[in-house]
This record gives sequence, structure tokens and C-alpha cells, in this order.
Amino acid sequence: MGCQVTQDLMQGYLDGELDLVRNLEIERHLQDCQACSRVFQNHQTLRCAITSGALYYQAPANLRKRVLSTVRKANKPETIPRLRSWRWLSVGASLAAVALLAWILAPLLIRPSADDLLAQEIISAHVRSLMASHLNDVSSSDQHTVKPWFNGKLDFSPPVADLADQGFPLVGGRLDYLANRPVAALVYQRRQHFINLFIWPVAAAPDTDQKTSPRQGYHLVHWTKSGMTHWAVSDLNQRELQEFARQIQSQAAGAAR
Amino acid sequence: MPEPNRLARFEQVVLPHLDAAYNLARWLTRNDHDAEDVAQEAYLRAFKFFGGFHGGDGRSWLLAIVRNTCYTWLQQNRRRELTTDLEETPDIESQEPNPETALLQSVDHQMLRQALEALPVEFREVVILRELEGLSYKEIADLAGLPLGTVMSRLARARKRLQQYLTGQVDKEA
Repeated sequence: MGCQVTQDLMQGYLDGELDLVRNLEIERHLQDCQACSRVFQNHQTLRCAITSGALYYQAPANLRKRVLSTVRKANKPETIPRLRSWRWLSVGASLAAVALLAWILAPLLIRPSADDLLAQEIISAHVRSLMASHLNDVSSSDQHTVKPWFNGKLDFSPPVADLADQGFPLVGGRLDYLANRPVAALVYQRRQHFINLFIWPVAAAPDTDQKTSPRQGYHLVHWTKSGMTHWAVSDLNQRELQEFARQIQSQAAGAAR
Repeated sequence: MPEPNRLARFEQVVLPHLDAAYNLARWLTRNDHDAEDVAQEAYLRAFKFFGGFHGGDGRSWLLAIVRNTCYTWLQQNRRRELTTDLEETPDIESQEPNPETALLQSVDHQMLRQALEALPVEFREVVILRELEGLSYKEIADLAGLPLGTVMSRLARARKRLQQYLTGQVDKEA
């Protein structure tokens, strides 16, 4: 790949928008070409400075209140319904009371637990990742390529372990959105089965042991370690998925030591 | 008829992105007070249009509304800032096409903030959405209603201008 092409594609490379083949070609060219490598370094430096966090404007505390009260006001009815007789009013009131009661009680009676909802969300994310052939944003079996790729994309740095020796090669990573926040998704492979490992930080949560649950033919294992919640999901059998979870945990323990 | 469920869902799906909304409004209006007004107005619009939100990324959906609200506001209050012939504005060719990396490394937040504020608003927004919100080209294109190629070229030109501005700035101070 020549300098002109490299520089044309440099933005896409920087933003992780190129495919694997192009990425590799550019990496190779940057190793050999000092001029292009300098251009790239400048872009990197600038992007690091911008994404370092100091430029993000946090909403002032009172804005939340302002917004809430505006929205709640907008939710109120604009005109009071004209009711001709008190009899209708009382019918209306009792209907409203029943509706209100149902509205309060129904969620209590039928609400699935938070973990259930999350598990459902995670299976959906897993299926979607396989369905839309959008498994990876960064395709690499190298943990030192995958981990830095998340820099600036997430407000945390997920632990990335390579389990090729244990029979779970790393395939890549991507961003996903779960539990109302962006999360890291790492993709591993076992024979023909893909494993999605979702990781995100949880505030002040104690470490928990791994819990397993089967659902719709998928298996899920989740645990919390050092303030990070991990959810592994796959159509792989339960025993091997648990083995995978153990390997990830022992790698993390090894790295921390 | 008030809809408690709708309000609750709105508060759950859209309200958590208040920082993102404010950040974008603040960068586009370049003023604390105006940014608050625009963010509030955008939330009101978002609530009115919430029936049209059918799941998906609540943040991108909200940011599209914030962006529109900002542009309406700019049109009413800072018409001059909106460049109409942006694509024809030529870039200034700098004498030193590849500034020293060390120069860029010495840039502090204050300078960077100035450099970003000096960009035309159409360039500034793609940098904010890409670098501060981490959106992909496709997400930015959808959000701003721009062709993908325009997003890419604006981002490239914005980055080039930032480097020129910053290295010029550092030279002057040295």
C-alpha cells in the first residue's frame, strides 16, 4: 500500500472503521514509512488530547431538575375534560381509581427480576451480533490489539485475556449497549461456537461467584470481579462455558498478582 | 390524557443521556446559559416526539433532537455562524504539512478548547460526536442526516484544521 492510499484511509484506520485486511495493510505500511507514521502519530496525539475527558461538559446539577419539571408539566392534560353531571364524574373517578390501582399493582405482580431482564437483553445482543454479521468492530486474536481498541470508546478499560492455549481463541471485540450503558463485548470461539463476553463496571458491587442459567437454548454465566460485571453467553454446552468462565477468572487473578 | 407509563419510560430511556445532550448543546452554542436553554427545549421536544421512538439507541435519538434544536437556535440567534457554502470553503494549505508531534503533545486543554471553538459549527459537531460521544461514522450520518462521505470529509478537514490551529498557536506562544 502506498503513501497516498494510506493517508486517504488514515481517518478510517484511526476511527476503527476499516476492515481487517485494510487495517493490516496500513499497519504494515506505517511500520515501514516514517512520514506516514508521523502523520498517524499526530492524529493519535490530537485524538488522545481531545478524548482525555477534560473537554466533556457535564450537565449542571440544576438542569436535571429543570428538565424533569418541564417534561412532567408537559405530561399533564392541557384541557380539563368538561363533565356535565356529577354522576358521570363519579363513574369516571371510580374507573380512574381502578385504573390507577391496576397500574400500581400490575408491574409488581408481573415484573420479572432485574437479572431476568438483563439476561434477556444479553441473549438478544448475542443473537443480534451473530445475525447481522456484526460480531466484531475490531478483529484480532491479539489481546494487545483488542484492549487498546476500547480506549476512548468506553469510560473504562475492560480486562482482555487470550485463552488460545486453553482452547478458547480470542476473535475480536466490539462495543455494545446493555443495561443503559455502553459495554465491552469480547468474542471468543470454541469450535464452531461463538462466545460473547460482556463486561462493564458496576459501582460498589461485591465480588460474586459465577452463576449459570440456561435460557432458550443458550447458556449464560455471570459473575462480578474487582468492580466489573461479566456476562458470558453462548450456545456452547454448559460445562464448557463454565470452564471458559473459570479460565477468564483465573487469567484475571493471574494478571492481578 | 396523562400517561404515567410514557413518562416513566421517557425518564428511564432518555433522561440518563442528559450529560450527552448538554455537552453537545454546550459545544454548539459555546455558552453555558444558552446550552441549558437549548437542552431543556430539546428534552421538551423529545418528550413530544417520544411516541415516535421505537426502541434502539436512546442517546443517538436524543442527540439528533438536540442537534436540530441547536440549529434552530443558531439560526435565530447566531445566523452568521452557520456556513452555507462550507463544502466550497477552501482549506488553507499550511507550509508545514506534518507538524512535529512534540508540538501537539504540548497542547493544553485551554488551547484545545479554543481550537475546537474556532472550528465552523458543522466541523465542530462531527468532532464532538466522534471523539467525545464515540459514535461511528454511520451513527453520525444517521443522526445528522448527512451522507457518510460528508461525515468522513468533514471529520478529516476538522482534524487538519485543528492541527494547523494548534501548531500555529504553539508557535506564537513559544
